[in-house]
Amino acid sequence: MTPLDFVVSLALISVAAGVLGSLIGLGGGVVIVPVLTLLYHVDIRLAIGASIVSVIATSSGAAAAYVRERMTNLRAGMFLEIATTTGAVSGAYLTTLLPTRFLFVFFGLVLGYSSFATFRRRHADAPLTVSNDRIANYFNLHGSYYDPAEEREIAYKVVGTKPGLALMYAAGLVSALLGIGSGALKVPAMDSAMHLPMKVSSATSNFMIGVTAAASAGVYFIRGQIDPIIAAPVAAGVLLGATFGARVLGRVTSKTVRLVFVVVLVVISLEMLQKGIFP
Amino acid sequence: MAEKVRRVELAISLVLRIGVVVSVAVIAAGLGLMFAHHGAYLPIRGHFSYKELTSKATPFPHSFASLGHSIAQGDGRGIVVLGVLILILTPILRVAVGVVSFLYEKDPPMAIVTLYVLIVLVGSFFLAGV
Repeated sequence: MTPLDFVVSLALISVAAGVLGSLIGLGGGVVIVPVLTLLYHVDIRLAIGASIVSVIATSSGAAAAYVRERMTNLRAGMFLEIATTTGAVSGAYLTTLLPTRFLFVFFGLVLGYSSFATFRRRHADAPLTVSNDRIANYFNLHGSYYDPAEEREIAYKVVGTKPGLALMYAAGLVSALLGIGSGALKVPAMDSAMHLPMKVSSATSNFMIGVTAAASAGVYFIRGQIDPIIAAPVAAGVLLGATFGARVLGRVTSKTVRLVFVVVLVVISLEMLQKGIFP
Repeated sequence: MAEKVRRVELAISLVLRIGVVVSVAVIAAGLGLMFAHHGAYLPIRGHFSYKELTSKATPFPHSFASLGHSIAQGDGRGIVVLGVLILILTPILRVAVGVVSFLYEKDPPMAIVTLYVLIVLVGSFFLAGV
């Protein structure tokens, strides 16, 4: 395979990764890392560097549309970034202290439970109309969005900011420690703990993952993990896919988004358990 | 209230869109240069394998000094890395725009929250030794 074949084929796969990632609020690393290591036999360190690039590309590409269409809860997203960025920076220091295998098993189990909790809410995701959460009320994190699939404006209230912040801290930590799984924890945190509508959770997660990834991107650049011949097709393909995927989210139902998310979450959870148990 | 949020939303969406378009343009130009300078990369059935460019020994810029040197020489690799750095800086820039927008819309609690995020982000780059 010559460099031209490599660039063209990787760009096409990246388009698919961008569509999937933007739809369910994950970075697309779930597609890019296995493709690069298993299909192209690229070194895992370079694959993780490409994954960080794909996360930022998905986030910026999709969020530009989601924020304009008011699908993203901007205030809640920016508020929760307090916890994700703090988690990402503290994770960079804990890397040497905590055994990676244990972390993979632990977060594999956490994500397995999250997929179950997300699946269970499939019939009961009516938005809340009242909130006694003092933090949410003080910062006015409540919102509303226009749902093109249901053809109506949907207003919602936010609760559970404290468990939400704790889960977001964990999301920042795990993305810095393991290089994956940041969006996988963010969506359940907003959906299950804070009761944001599924599409808003996905769009807001998309908005936030770019900032979490940027907090550790500097380290990857200096360590020489961002190889231009891999990063170029990944960045361009994912950006194209995410821009297209952002048009899809509005049209499909919340339930479809939820089910696609649950399937991908189960895959990530099994992948993490496998890395922890049979490395 | 709703109108204030709307203005912040439009400002942030604009920053993201500009960042995305500029970084894609720079990355595409760099990729084009890489192929223009290295004829061996191009053939569909050539002997030159992509693995020589994705191995651990492959040279590419990973510090600001080597990046500047590479761009000055018109090397495609350096230009691609520059485009990727623009992509990485886009979320940080949108947080900075958030701080300014919330201050301008007189929303001090959200401005403080966003400022904290910006400080942690910029701090993370210094801690990394960039």
